[in-house]
Amino acid sequence: MLYGLFIASCGIAIGSALMAITRLNASHALIYLVITLLSLAVIFFLLGAPFAAALQIVIYAGAIVVLFLFVVMMLNLGRRSVERERQWLLPGIWVIPSILAGALFVILGIALIGVENQAVIDGEMIGPRRVGAALVGPYVLAVELAGVLLLAGLVGAYHLGRRYLDERRER
Amino acid sequence: MAVGALVGALFLVWWERRVLGWLQDRLGPNRVGWFGVLQALADAIKLLTKDDWIPPFGDRVLFVLAPIVVAGAMLMAFVVIPLDAHLFIADTNIALLWFLAMSSLAVYGVLLGGLASNNKYALLGGLRAAAQMVTYEVFMGLSLLGVVMLTGSFSLREVVAAQEDMWFCIPQCVGLVIFVIAGLAETHRLPFDLPEAEHELTAGFHTEYSGMKFGLIMAGEYLALILVSALIVLLFFGGWLGPGFLPGFVWFGIKVVLVINFFILLRAAIPRPRYDQLMSLGWKILLPLSLLNILVTGAVVLWMAT
Repeated sequence: MLYGLFIASCGIAIGSALMAITRLNASHALIYLVITLLSLAVIFFLLGAPFAAALQIVIYAGAIVVLFLFVVMMLNLGRRSVERERQWLLPGIWVIPSILAGALFVILGIALIGVENQAVIDGEMIGPRRVGAALVGPYVLAVELAGVLLLAGLVGAYHLGRRYLDERRER
Repeated sequence: MAVGALVGALFLVWWERRVLGWLQDRLGPNRVGWFGVLQALADAIKLLTKDDWIPPFGDRVLFVLAPIVVAGAMLMAFVVIPLDAHLFIADTNIALLWFLAMSSLAVYGVLLGGLASNNKYALLGGLRAAAQMVTYEVFMGLSLLGVVMLTGSFSLREVVAAQEDMWFCIPQCVGLVIFVIAGLAETHRLPFDLPEAEHELTAGFHTEYSGMKFGLIMAGEYLALILVSALIVLLFFGGWLGPGFLPGFVWFGIKVVLVINFFILLRAAIPRPRYDQLMSLGWKILLPLSLLNILVTGAVVLWMAT
């Protein structure tokens, strides 16, 4: 049962990811990306990580892709941009990226075959408490570095907004 | 439960119009049935028989998808709402996160509705809605963390069980105020209904919607109102806890109705702020306040533990 659900959500994830790269209309591509992220959340849940699954939906599907869609809406891309995309995405363009991605896929496969002690989907759930303990325990350095990165982003955003305001005042 | 919530949303439309009429010294709908109770049913029949128009200039697929997402996400969120200590559908340890996840997915309905309509009012409404909901989701999540810290769990049943001695509205009063404001913005109801402000944007993101698609969007909004009220009761007012002469789910229902009436009263009492005022209130006041709330709560929890 769990295994079947796992295979099904993997299939949906791969299919919608393919659709996301090949769509000409940017907003449709983003909707497929959301479906990919949601099926990844299902996979996390099935692997016994409900906390990660919930965060996947809240942060990736619920916030980050919303901002992408927000930008697409601001640009107001219409039929003209679909035409332009069609001219850009000729069949020949897919050849080299496909070869590179295929090579990576083969390497990943070889690497995974060697891995001993493969995890089994047994339905054991790892709750938020254990995730939190791991984050402030062995991974505390990574958490703090992520905090620094976010602070840098915040300062950058503040700087951009401020410069814009100053220029407007000078005029 | 889904049917119950939908019927509740249907009658809530009538109830809100009735209470608003009373608050504004007029009658409100009182013609269909006893005191107008069947007005909601009449409205539903009208919506179902109306011409279901899809704008030819818009994006057909996304246009149909949007109302389904709005109502579907809200119905999914009801899965984790327990009515009583023994009356619930799903009680996971991520119930609160599930609610946040579903309310953040509901943003897509609004955003896609605005995008697919290919109409400038709808587009502006969709943009406003997206910015507002993404912003207020942050404080909504942060204001819940105080309650989560005091309980030590994301499970709503455990949150209520932890309120046996004292309802969280007293130790978490700051969290309650922030959650109510964020809930208003999240459901885009009247003081914060800028995505659909009728004198600026016609009807905002659902300008082009008609028939039952419009009905689904409205149902989604009223479902969101019921959902936020239920969460306020569960998180801050002790859920089903109350004197023993009434069963728990009755207490829960009474409290939810009171909170909904409070929201209707707010709608009648408070004028709409400007959009930039809404955003700066969020980022400049509510965000620091909710972070401070977490800091103080965490310190107190640690101090109590040692």
